[in-house]
Amino acid sequence: MKDVIVRAEKISKIYKLPGEQIAAVKDIDLDIYAGDFISIMGPSGSGKTTLLDLIGCLTSATGGRLTVMGRDVSGAGESCLVKVRRQFLGFVFQDFLLIPSLTVVENVLLSLYFSRQHQDKKRAINVLNLVGLGQRLNHLPAQLSGGEKQRVAIARAIITNPKLLLADEPTGNLDSRASQEVFDLFKQLNEKEGLAVVVVTHNPELGNQAGRVIKLKDGRLAA
Amino acid sequence: MNAITIGFKNLTRKKIRTTLTVAGIALAVAVLVSLLGFDAGYQKSLSGDIDKLGYHLLVTAKGCPYEAATLILKGGGGLRYMEENIFKRIASDPRVDKITPQLMNSVYNQEGAGGKGAFAMYVGIEHSYLELKPWLKFRWGGWFSGSAADEVIMGYEAAEVEQRKPGDKVFVPGVSKVLTVKGVLKRSGTQDDGVIFLPLATAQNIFELPGKLTGVGVKLKDIGQIADFEESLYNEPGIQVVSLAEVRGTILNLVASARAMAGSVALIAIFVALIGVTNTILVSVFERTREIGVMKALGASSFDVFKIVWSETVIVCALGGLAGVILAISGSGLTAKVIRGMLPYAPQGELVLIKGEFVWMALLAAIVVGLIAGTYPAWRASRMKPVEAIRAGE
Ligand SMILES: Nc1ncnc2c1ncn2[C@@H]1O[C@H](COP(=O)(O)OP(=O)(O)OP(=O)(O)O)[C@@H](O)[C@H]1O
Ligand SMILES: [Mg+2]
Repeated sequence: MKDVIVRAEKISKIYKLPGEQIAAVKDIDLDIYAGDFISIMGPSGSGKTTLLDLIGCLTSATGGRLTVMGRDVSGAGESCLVKVRRQFLGFVFQDFLLIPSLTVVENVLLSLYFSRQHQDKKRAINVLNLVGLGQRLNHLPAQLSGGEKQRVAIARAIITNPKLLLADEPTGNLDSRASQEVFDLFKQLNEKEGLAVVVVTHNPELGNQAGRVIKLKDGRLAA
Repeated sequence: MNAITIGFKNLTRKKIRTTLTVAGIALAVAVLVSLLGFDAGYQKSLSGDIDKLGYHLLVTAKGCPYEAATLILKGGGGLRYMEENIFKRIASDPRVDKITPQLMNSVYNQEGAGGKGAFAMYVGIEHSYLELKPWLKFRWGGWFSGSAADEVIMGYEAAEVEQRKPGDKVFVPGVSKVLTVKGVLKRSGTQDDGVIFLPLATAQNIFELPGKLTGVGVKLKDIGQIADFEESLYNEPGIQVVSLAEVRGTILNLVASARAMAGSVALIAIFVALIGVTNTILVSVFERTREIGVMKALGASSFDVFKIVWSETVIVCALGGLAGVILAISGSGLTAKVIRGMLPYAPQGELVLIKGEFVWMALLAAIVVGLIAGTYPAWRASRMKPVEAIRAGE
């Protein structure tokens, strides 16, 4: 029996706009276990980002039940969600979103600072070595290529030892070779470190390399 | 990595913007420190001037008290005269320790100040004048040879300007009599340095004011008797008594409005700087919306974000405070010069005196301004929701 990291039961996110309601995510059931490697695919506007944000406790659901590591976070406020993110979750975004005024190693240490963990520089260097950027510690993000920036972002996400890594189109700004390298890195983290990974992607070639593929359509799971 | 280093590194990103904001605070703080320095310096040098008069009370002809006040300190035109016999009556009062009669006259000299024309101050005195001002010492020569001798004693600067030494002749414009320099005083740092002294009788004679005085300086045996003594002189006709405490008050009143104005300028400058800082930091917060969203995704609490933005404003303001203090100190000479030109009466000595406590006060004020200015932007930043912030501008 594998540990459940995230359990979503009939989870929904409905945006109420004047005159209409948009169901970005509707009644989705999903379990994510330790060691999972899941890709989420689907057409634009199908709710992939919204689902990832919900799982990642970046926003709260308007319906259904969500538990992370056994804690019910449905309806929890930001001050509670931030603790869950700090402890269990790591994020990677399409456009990297490194802090431009901080060096590579500082960007990674920042994550430890916000997570209330000891800012161990050796640990940061180890993680950067793992993603292949051990030689660029004191460079600023502006001095890196897109693929390199994304590796720093991955290092930043995993240094806190999260249970689950969430990546929203992490290869969207990369060419096919850099994309495959980033994906290989995910696979490596998943297989060697046992990190659960959920990746949203438009690229079926990459998405199909995942252990489990989830397809979305109009905010619902497609068969 | 902590809120302060993160804030500081962010400030280095936009160097020109940060510099300009710091400069705004620096200017406001410099104005504030200069003002405090002026306040302290003016009072101190004014008190110094008054102490160096050597007497507690000045008896003058009745007139405007302000005129009397400035007359005492700087001499000058528009003089009124009192009768010498009043002096004799006062001198016989047992409460008087020392008393000295004076007859001031300023004469315009077309050749003065290197041909530009200038007023020269002549003061007729008796030997008691030196007894009241024991710090007046002779550089060369000595006291008049007689109580009506045709001689002068020159203040240090008066002698320097005219290049005179004992034995030299002095011409008083409009006066036919030629006077001889009998002595030259050492520098005293007071108004006396610019004066040409004559025996009282000689002055009354050549300025055609027989039996007249402009003032009588009185030093009492006991300074506590000033009020009593003043009262006893109420019945004397045609005179007024000005105590030096009053002189000080009158002059401070005169500059009070200037101080109030400078004070409001400083306040406005600080307020404007505060708004400037708030605005700059707010702009930088909005520019960094997505970064703030990411920080929150990484586990930053609202208070973490608040602290980072707050640190930034406090750093800007503290740097501005420091720069402002340096500006005020290095510019204090210039400030004094400018103020000196604007005041009705500027005492000798340092007009702007920047005390250590002003430096601390200014730095503290700058930091408080930073805390206030940073509150709103920091609050706005801390309130941003992670998803909305990350997706902003996409
Ligand atoms: N803040 C919002 N207010 C209103 N509607 C929203 C909001 N955010 C998302 N939506 C809507 O929710 C639906 C799902 O959006 P979402 O961003 O999850 O799609 P996506 O699958 O990630 O698309 P893409 O592949 O283009 O990134 C869309 O129809 C979108 O318009
Ligand atoms: Mg999306």
